[in-house]
Amino acid sequence: MSDKKTLGEMLTERGVSRRSFLKYASYTASIMALPPTAATAIAQGIAGARRQSVIWLSFQECTGCTESITRAHAPSIEDLIFDFISLDYHHTLMNASGIAAEEAREQAMKDNAGEYIVVVDGSVPLKDDGIYSTIAGITNLQMLEETCKDAFAVIAVGSCATFGGIPGANPNPTGAVPISDIITDKPIINISGCPPIPEAMTGTISYLLAFGAIPELDHLGRPKAFFGEAIHDRCYRRPFYERGMFAKSFDDEGARQGWCLFEVGCKGPVTYNACATLKWNGGVSFPIQSGHGCLGCSEPGFWDMGGFYKPLSTATGDPLKWAGGAAVAGAAIGVASAAMARTKRNKVLKEGK
Amino acid sequence: MELLEFARGPVLTFAITVFIAGLTYRVFSLFLMWRTKDSSAGRSRQRSAFMSAIREIIRRLWPQATYKQRTMFELVNGYVFHIGLAIIVFLLAPHIVFIKDLVGLSWPALPNNVIYAVSIITIVSLIAALVMRIGNPPQRLISTFDDWFSWTVTFLPVLTGVIATSHLGARYETLLAIHILSVALLLIWIPFGKLMHFFLVFVTRSQTGAHLSHRGAQL
Repeated sequence: MSDKKTLGEMLTERGVSRRSFLKYASYTASIMALPPTAATAIAQGIAGARRQSVIWLSFQECTGCTESITRAHAPSIEDLIFDFISLDYHHTLMNASGIAAEEAREQAMKDNAGEYIVVVDGSVPLKDDGIYSTIAGITNLQMLEETCKDAFAVIAVGSCATFGGIPGANPNPTGAVPISDIITDKPIINISGCPPIPEAMTGTISYLLAFGAIPELDHLGRPKAFFGEAIHDRCYRRPFYERGMFAKSFDDEGARQGWCLFEVGCKGPVTYNACATLKWNGGVSFPIQSGHGCLGCSEPGFWDMGGFYKPLSTATGDPLKWAGGAAVAGAAIGVASAAMARTKRNKVLKEGK
Repeated sequence: MELLEFARGPVLTFAITVFIAGLTYRVFSLFLMWRTKDSSAGRSRQRSAFMSAIREIIRRLWPQATYKQRTMFELVNGYVFHIGLAIIVFLLAPHIVFIKDLVGLSWPALPNNVIYAVSIITIVSLIAALVMRIGNPPQRLISTFDDWFSWTVTFLPVLTGVIATSHLGARYETLLAIHILSVALLLIWIPFGKLMHFFLVFVTRSQTGAHLSHRGAQL
């Protein structure tokens, strides 16, 4: 539940030193590519803020996004995210269940009308009146519309909530759609990824708390601080791409030498995310560093981009599927046109005689 | 991303289908055309039709002394952009990957920066060819839609490729999609315009050589 105390007061009570808090503010400012002076603004903003009520809705998802955010690195300081916010409803993390859980959601909505933030992971099925995913007897669609009605802002986390993700992949049996297809009258921040980078989620929430405003977003509604640059442009293997040195398979000499993974299907050139800079597991590594090409998981329709191991410069599907028919048809038209020309010529010659 | 998927999927499939159909149409309609039987005796013909054809192909690789002065720039420029195009199409790694995926053949690539330099030279060379065409009144007069359009669809893939590589003006996925769309346009146009010379150039030169030799031209 929301607290009357400011976050600054609460943190002091919990024994969090001013130094630790400023370090966190500086870290957040730097990963969001804000100027150094913003660290002070973030620190002051967060210290003066009240605990923000957050309602977390999980729809057609795998809980990977929750797994990711609860493993945000910089332990203890990132954990503070859960002290900064009042997580009033979250299936996986809350103690209450059944009616008590739903009552907590309704109470939070009532107490913080117009001020609470809704975080959504998972897509919403629309086919057959949305019966493919229901919670507490209502469809995801009903719960989303009801909960977002009085929200201050909506954060869609994960590729399912932002772009439809795996549930929305071809042939999309449940008619899954992203949150932005349903909620059109509230600010929506998309933090895509399968799952998203933990710091992208915590950093965005911190920004919201500190400034009470939406960070700068790209054309897909994603914070530019995390989704402003392509993986390829920040990849440490980029020089190999430029030199034309590619791994041809996952166990050849090129792969062992750490050459570019473009030819084994890396989608880095068209994927915008901070994996190559922030990395994962506390900055240890990221997929390309571990030897696998980028899947493009933070982009719309990543599941249907023609195959994870198909190079980006190749045609998708089977471009030669009509080649045989085309050759036969072309030849037939050619033969017919030559025959017609011959007939016409013979006719003219005959008449001439 | 959607435009890129559209370009890589349905558009490329359509373009390749039209290209193959157009190619076989042109080849069959051309080779099955009637041939007027030439009953005249060859004039002091010293070589066989085959040898005349080969000689003509070789002879036309370089201008005759009489025309050397006048046509040297056009000839060299022609070689520059033809070789440039061949290097770009066949020696850039992503292009080789495309061909390998299509027909299963692959070969070593050149570094991207080399291809980039070749692309710039090719662009300048193609623009020079266009300027020559516009600046030369007789050539301009005999130029048809085919000439202008063929130049445009040849130029666009090179230009869009360089722009995509340089990340100029838009996001990479959009630029890559535009590049693929321009290639699709080229593929669709090739069989139906003068660009068909990529396939017929030596066929037509052979025919000319054999014909001229029969008529007694001293080649």
